Amino acid sequence: MQLKNGSKAVITPYHRPQPGSQPDSLYEPYKSTIRRAPSQPLVFLPHTLSEITGPLYAGSELAETDNDLTRQHPGEPLGERIIVSGRVLDDNGRPVPHTLIEIWQANAAGRYAHAGDQHPAPLDPNFTGAGRTLTDENGAYQFVTIKPGAYPWLNHYNAWRPAHIHLSIFGRAFITRLVTQMYFPGDPLFALDPIFQSIPDEKARQRLVSRFDLETTRPQWGLGYKFDIVLRGPQATPFEGIA
Amino acid sequence: MNISLTPSQTVGPFFNFCLTAGKNCVSTIAGPEAKGERVHLTCRVFDGDGLPLDDAMIEIWQADAAGKYKHPDDPRAGTADPACSGFGRMGTRRDGSCEFETIKPGRVPGPHNSLQAPHLNLAVFGRGLLKQLYTRVYFFGDAGNQEDPVLNLVPKNRRETLMALLSSDGRWRFDIHLQGETETVFFDV
Repeated sequence: MQLKNGSKAVITPYHRPQPGSQPDSLYEPYKSTIRRAPSQPLVFLPHTLSEITGPLYAGSELAETDNDLTRQHPGEPLGERIIVSGRVLDDNGRPVPHTLIEIWQANAAGRYAHAGDQHPAPLDPNFTGAGRTLTDENGAYQFVTIKPGAYPWLNHYNAWRPAHIHLSIFGRAFITRLVTQMYFPGDPLFALDPIFQSIPDEKARQRLVSRFDLETTRPQWGLGYKFDIVLRGPQATPFEGIA
Repeated sequence: MNISLTPSQTVGPFFNFCLTAGKNCVSTIAGPEAKGERVHLTCRVFDGDGLPLDDAMIEIWQADAAGKYKHPDDPRAGTADPACSGFGRMGTRRDGSCEFETIKPGRVPGPHNSLQAPHLNLAVFGRGLLKQLYTRVYFFGDAGNQEDPVLNLVPKNRRETLMALLSSDGRWRFDIHLQGETETVFFDV
């Protein structure tokens, strides 16, 4: 590609997701997908500058307690304190440094600080359930929070979501953007949850389950869970132009 | 590629106390000092029954008025307009709408020495969307649309679903239909 000033831009396209690694848009057991999933095939888009660039967050606006959800109010929230940490990598195994991770979750009783949540479980005045942090130069991140409770929803009779923390990650490009959910090991609700089950490949599904970690567990204080996140990465060889 | 990707999951209905709360809600993509033609954009999102989504989130990423992205992988980033952040994020209201203040981006280089027509890159997140949907907002009537390499990949009869329309009050409007006769074109990126 020839730019106006005569320099050549090198476009490095990103890898496409492996088959089965991502849910399809339509998964009928998750009822909300039925009238919201596109019915027409997606149009394949070769990557241009528009796709391989994206917002980069400076981090200057982050406050000290943004990654500690137990210290955002005058008192301590109720529930089991946990430390969630891990790394953000690309699919080449390279760390994704200085990228924004946002999390949100229900409180220990399974209730969100959201007006639309009608679950008759108590709100906790000392817990909002929203956090943000930037990965460090090695792609590492950490949050301190409390373990969220399971909660009911209206998808089907007696439907309950397994305990989970929502995560939003930017990565380097607009197409590396990922919104996902982290689960806890051994949850009896996995087999019954259409959102978890929407991922076709069993191994891919298991990548959303965090692992208990003794090393980051703080004695007399709280349990550690590890959760690594893998975003799409650039193809190995940059080449000029596209397709 | 040697490590397996983390799968996507829906943003769910209860994200707004985090993702679109306070300063995380970004309506202004380009401030008043930004160069270029001002664009007041209203987006709306509808489901297959034509009902508005009151719990969706829209993110936009765009170039400045000269077609430069504020990003190190754009070799022209050093001279990109500092008043155009390029990024916006809003939750939809009860009527499925949200608004952005920005400028019309310039033409971004495309494959084979082509120039893309002015466009915004847009992602829709929401309950019932297991992964975000990507589309593009083009400006109806722009001279560059005819030769845009991406529009030319889209079947002719569906191209108009990618066009923002200028209404009599001076606002650009872009409706996103997740399904139905006027289903918006979404891209496999």
